[in-house]
Amino acid sequence: MSTDVAVIGAGPAGMAAATLAAELGLRTVLIDEQDEPGGQIYRAVERASRGSPLGRDYLAGQALAAELRAARVEYRSGATVWHIDPAGAVSLAERDGAADTVEAARIVLATGAIERPMPLPGWTLPGVMTAGGAQILLKTAGLVPAGRTVLAGQGPLLYLVASQLARAGAPPELILNTAPHANYHAAARRLPRALWPGRRALWKGAAMIREILRAGIRVRREVTGLRALGRDRLARVAWDGGDIAADHLLLHDGVIPNVQITLALQLAHEWDEAQLCWRPVVDAWGRTSLPNIFVAGDGGGIQGAEAAALMGRLAALAIAAELGRFDEAECDRRAAPLRRALARERGVRPFLDALYRPAALAPAEDDVIVCRCEEIAAGQIRRAAQLGAQGPNQLKAFTRCGMGPCQGRLCAPTVCALIAEAHGKPLAAVPPFRPRAPYKPITVGTLAESNTLIAKS
Amino acid sequence: MRRFDAIVIGGGLVGSAVAYGMARERLRVALVDEGDAAFRASRGNFGLVWVQSKGRGAPHYQRWTRLSAEEWPKLAADLGERTGIDVGLEQPGGLQLCLGEDEFAARREMMEQMRREAGNFGFDYRMIPRDELAGMLPGLGPEVAGASWTPYDGHASPLNLLHALHRGIADKGGAYLPNSTIANAAAAPDDFRIVAGGDEIAAPKIVLAAGLGNAALAPLFGLSAPVRPQRGQILVTERARQVWPMPLGSLRQTREGSIMLGSSEEDVGFDTGQRLEVMRNIARRAVRSFPFIAGLQIVRAWAALRVMPPDGLPIYDQSERYPGAFTANCHSGVTLAAAHANAFAPMVVAGALDPSLDLFSARRFDVPAAA
Amino acid sequence: MFRLRRDADEATVEVEVDGRTVLVPANASAAAAVLVAGLDSIRETAVGGAPRGPYCLMGVCFDCLAEIDGVPNRQSCMVPVRAGMRIRRQRRGRAVQPNEH
Repeated sequence: MSTDVAVIGAGPAGMAAATLAAELGLRTVLIDEQDEPGGQIYRAVERASRGSPLGRDYLAGQALAAELRAARVEYRSGATVWHIDPAGAVSLAERDGAADTVEAARIVLATGAIERPMPLPGWTLPGVMTAGGAQILLKTAGLVPAGRTVLAGQGPLLYLVASQLARAGAPPELILNTAPHANYHAAARRLPRALWPGRRALWKGAAMIREILRAGIRVRREVTGLRALGRDRLARVAWDGGDIAADHLLLHDGVIPNVQITLALQLAHEWDEAQLCWRPVVDAWGRTSLPNIFVAGDGGGIQGAEAAALMGRLAALAIAAELGRFDEAECDRRAAPLRRALARERGVRPFLDALYRPAALAPAEDDVIVCRCEEIAAGQIRRAAQLGAQGPNQLKAFTRCGMGPCQGRLCAPTVCALIAEAHGKPLAAVPPFRPRAPYKPITVGTLAESNTLIAKS
Repeated sequence: MRRFDAIVIGGGLVGSAVAYGMARERLRVALVDEGDAAFRASRGNFGLVWVQSKGRGAPHYQRWTRLSAEEWPKLAADLGERTGIDVGLEQPGGLQLCLGEDEFAARREMMEQMRREAGNFGFDYRMIPRDELAGMLPGLGPEVAGASWTPYDGHASPLNLLHALHRGIADKGGAYLPNSTIANAAAAPDDFRIVAGGDEIAAPKIVLAAGLGNAALAPLFGLSAPVRPQRGQILVTERARQVWPMPLGSLRQTREGSIMLGSSEEDVGFDTGQRLEVMRNIARRAVRSFPFIAGLQIVRAWAALRVMPPDGLPIYDQSERYPGAFTANCHSGVTLAAAHANAFAPMVVAGALDPSLDLFSARRFDVPAAA
Repeated sequence: MFRLRRDADEATVEVEVDGRTVLVPANASAAAAVLVAGLDSIRETAVGGAPRGPYCLMGVCFDCLAEIDGVPNRQSCMVPVRAGMRIRRQRRGRAVQPNEH
């Protein structure tokens, strides 16, 4: 099938981009691998009720979902994108294995963020999962962990998930905050400029912490030496100076852009030293180094859900102008209020980036598993880096790291940090992984039957 | 300026095998290599130690390949002992499947020609008809008419091999200089100086094993290496329990259980992009060979550039103008690794290539001179 | 082990997890069903045979691979449950049925 715009990802950026594109008269297809809109931040939001323990900010996503449903968007849910041809063909696989291709004049990648991996001793034990994962279980199925739960790490989801679990009747026992002392200093320096633009976010953050303390959840700060202990599953959580029996350990070390597809397409990327991640180079409209491909939302750098929706709309406006719906002047005129709102959203960012800086990007212990898929430990990676591997792609050859089904999604940041450490180089100097198609697994049969009308690569 | 006994340009399978072979003979070797984002045919390899299709019309290539296959167990044992890395060599023989009677007949003709050309050296093969083949290979597709088999074929882990060679070189005191593109080179008989990655290094011997980079480098050293890129794509499935007793030419199951699907050839220049149509054709042929493969998931795939001489045969040469300069070029870096480490490298150490490699010289491309 | 939160208003369906019949929320994923059933892990890694359970719940980590309705190595967090679904442990590499297709 052929369309004007293909939007990949139904989170806030994707929903907003698709809705506006359709309203502006563009033929629009929205492709997402989940069955419901919302991405991860607004996952299952359409089904949420007013008293949801997930809170008002989460419920705000219902408006975006409702607008999407009302718009004339061809919404392909349950469809996984496994290849994008830079010329504009998107190959997708449905849940039953059927293959399809969408040819689009413009593509908007709105694939959002993933949690930063947090390798520590014992993190692969059953009973250890991400804080975001526990949040998804609560959002999608009203499930909470039974037994003793410990939350550990730092970043936007740490206190948020604790407060949501508490409201849902399953407060965690303990929060182990690993944010180092330096974060608080650096954040404090940025607080004055963040106070006005970020006033709502800061107020909510303070309220959340009050809620947690009122619920009797203990908080330890500047925690070091975190490890998960147990034989076939988690039994205890230990840290420098303490330990506790636990049934669940929820880890969180911040969020980073999901750059799997942008890297596979070999778009230009740059290292973001403030957020310690790679992100695609985009202009003020979300245009990438390829003229027909845009990025909107956290996939282009972490800026939050509200900013994501605004960037989705800016991309839709730019595309509408490019495809002749109005001229540049009109495009700028319509974009103006969005840009003002975006500037406000971005005002608190330096404060948050300083506060949410991970303590370390690579585990000190050699026996910590870094590549979960292939079970490769940090020591093996260090040795291969010392043997001369200059980057993660060369290192993949020596260690199989990155060859598993996740194609480096969970190990890339750690691997690059280990290489940087071994060579005494800055993180910006270690190139990222190069993922390839299929971006997610597809069967040989699906590929054999896939529609490949486009002849070029 | 750092001085070595030998410089090898290119840290892929060819360069590292040659460097290892020389290091083993107590030469102080500098292995000069590019960075993380190089073309690196060695990383895109299928992993076959393949003999049966090598050298139709060129029996010297078949003999060189057979020599390598015979040396392979020694190289594997040596590397295993020295580095602790198992390169996963298995040489149970190999099958090349033929879809349809025409393919089977054409393959039989090819095997017969190989045997004729081999003369007293011999070439042992069997054409296995479908019924017998189906007993060896469960799930064989109905279109498979049969296969050619020789006892010489096998497979190994190309990545473990590369890793082991690098570790072996380091273990023998070799120096690895990565991120080094050649900025400057000066050649004189038995005296070579290059500036690479900001370092100046010198040696009385130099071996150009830079793959596609050899084409531009060779003339600086009085050599010729007219290699061109040929793209190949590979698909890899999820891990499965072992299902075949030997490699099947364009299908191969690794020790870890993943099944690799090939093969393809495209002339697209220096483009390592993946073309869906090619991936689809690989998938289709695999499903025709074994219908059950349709249900396996592909977890990764890639495209890589083979280093292809004009007639497909390796180029081995020594410079007449600058004695001490050598070059090695081929698209079968895994198969020929043992020959490179155990035969070619000692020749370089001795200072001259054996006359048995004369036919591999690039002089064969000078048509007017040969006429 | 995960349980329904208090005040949850979720319809449930019956599925089979490793031979055990379990009632799970109708909108749960197969990975969630595994956690509701109280299983610690749903797979053994291909290389080392180590037990693994769902980790990210959003299709990124591939640690929740399970055999679902006879099909091996499926990301169970990406598969919504339906009544009667059979979810089984994924033991290392998948089996291959050469004569069934």
